[in-house]
Amino acid sequence: MSLIEVEDLSRTFVVRRRAGRVRRTTDVVHAVRDLSFDVERGEMVGYIGPNGAGKSTTIKMLTGILVPTGGRLSVAGIDPSRQRVDLTRRIGVVFGQRTTLWWDLPLRDSFDLLRRIYRVDPQRHRRNLDEFTELLDLGALLDTPVRQLSLGQRMRGDIAAALLHDPEILYLDEPTIGLDVVSKGRLREFLRRVNEERQVTLLLTTHDLQDIEQLCRRVMVIDHGSLVYDGSLAGLHARGESTRTLVVDLVDEAAPIEVPGARVTRVEGPRQWLSFPAGASAAPIVASVASGYDVADLSIQEPDIEDVIREIYSRR
Amino acid sequence: MAEPLAARLAWNTRAFLMLAGMWVRVSWTYRASFLLMTLASVVITGIDFVAIMVMFTNVDSLGGFGLRDIAFLYGATAVCLGLADLVVGNVERLGRRIRLGSFDAMMVRPVGVLVQVCADEFAIRRLGRVAQGSLVLAWAITRVDVDWDPARVLVTVGMLVCGTLIFTGIFVLGASFQFLTTEGSEVANAFTYGGNAMTQYPLTIYPREVVRALTFLVPVAFVNWYPTLFVLDIPDPFGLPAALQLASPVAAVVVCALAALAWRTGVRRYRSTGS
Ligand SMILES: Nc1ncnc2c1ncn2[C@@H]1O[C@H](COP(=O)(O)OP(=O)(O)OP(=O)(O)O)[C@@H](O)[C@H]1O
Ligand SMILES: [Mg+2]
Repeated sequence: MSLIEVEDLSRTFVVRRRAGRVRRTTDVVHAVRDLSFDVERGEMVGYIGPNGAGKSTTIKMLTGILVPTGGRLSVAGIDPSRQRVDLTRRIGVVFGQRTTLWWDLPLRDSFDLLRRIYRVDPQRHRRNLDEFTELLDLGALLDTPVRQLSLGQRMRGDIAAALLHDPEILYLDEPTIGLDVVSKGRLREFLRRVNEERQVTLLLTTHDLQDIEQLCRRVMVIDHGSLVYDGSLAGLHARGESTRTLVVDLVDEAAPIEVPGARVTRVEGPRQWLSFPAGASAAPIVASVASGYDVADLSIQEPDIEDVIREIYSRR
Repeated sequence: MAEPLAARLAWNTRAFLMLAGMWVRVSWTYRASFLLMTLASVVITGIDFVAIMVMFTNVDSLGGFGLRDIAFLYGATAVCLGLADLVVGNVERLGRRIRLGSFDAMMVRPVGVLVQVCADEFAIRRLGRVAQGSLVLAWAITRVDVDWDPARVLVTVGMLVCGTLIFTGIFVLGASFQFLTTEGSEVANAFTYGGNAMTQYPLTIYPREVVRALTFLVPVAFVNWYPTLFVLDIPDPFGLPAALQLASPVAAVVVCALAALAWRTGVRRYRSTGS
């Protein structure tokens, strides 16, 4: 049995809209529809999609916050909405947008309260706290009330808080939102460690594809509530019908190069850009160009993941 | 499997004390303002009773009841509302918790959400009302013309327990509607604080229809009125069955069961927010 099992999961919201002065109409929003996937223990899964795609809604169902309107799901063998309280001990949740800590309490007191709420053994707590304090550089912040922390500091506090009770699964909804490049890097490093050393299964949503590139071997793309891709990052390139680009520097300016299997997309003086399918081999194209033209230099540009995603999103 | 009910109840009580205790400690760091607020609460809630006492300098009875009897009624409902307000009063802030997203955070912690909502920002200054009500009730108990046999003692104690439960249930029931519309609900307050304001006086000053409504619709009459009739040995002025005088536990159970049902339904229909 997989750690997370999701089958035909759906969630609709009935929303009332004002139509005209007094009249109101009701609309049904399909936030998530017929979602199916499994996550194995120890995986690190990136969950991406454009705004309003249904990422947060999915996470809220996986944590038991929202009751699904259709389908089945099981997390660690538990039905989240029926046994939500039992599940809480086995999962950690970080909402990047807002803190789960107590606004007025210093971090240290928040952590201590969490220890008592989760009934964590004091020694175990001490060990975890020491480790997280060091890895997340929280030492100087422990006595600061949460409301005085900066966004990045607060995020670190939130992540430590979500892990103090040794959860098996950690859900992170946009954990890197608003962080600077250095902080993002540190955070990723920390998450990788948590996954490797503690075997915590990670499911994270993000709009920063670098998070995925650096952390996740598996990525799920959701759009309009449906899963449009589930697989490796590399596979996403092929799926996106992406192209590679051959940049050719000719000795002299010339008319656009004509070779089979590629076409010119841009010309700038002696430099020309030829694009060809990412799945095709570059060798024959390079060979034809080299034999038919006076070439000073050649280089190949790999497709950019951002472009691939943009392509998938815009194909709605 | 799910823990047995008793264990869960014990754990949630402990968790409530833990969370509430934390807020008391936080407010204790602002000691002066904390003490001032408590005192203010005693004074403000006591003003109603002062008004009643002033009234009695001109009249000997109100709705057929003397000052001591009214003090008994007043003290009882004040203690019950005060205790309910102390423990679950914060539930009325549910809408705000939902809008700010802190309710989502509570949903992923291993303590009942109702306990967390009630303990959040727990304010011990609310003890002011309880203290004030207790003083009035204690004074009344020493003055009323009652032969304190075991039955009357039992009904008096039961009155405080059931009355507290009735107000507790109404608080929670009213707050549950905030799951439907997160705009603050004043409905519950109308029934709790309003109910308390009405039951401070003998119900004989109201028309028969109002008394029926307070008995069968919003059963705040069971908080103090009916048990008081029993304790003070007064036949029901409206000719309603004497059995009602001992029916407060039934009313408490019904109200609390409805409240539990409404709350559970609310949590299951909870929609969170879109962002
Ligand atoms: N409480 C709610 N009431 C009504 N509609 C909702 C609610 N929550 C979400 N929705 C709708 O469901 C859809 C999915 O929202 P969701 O928050 O899951 O998107 P998301 O993928 O997390 O987007 P983002 O990247 O912007 O965070 C949206 O159309 C949103 O308007
Ligand atoms: Mg979201």
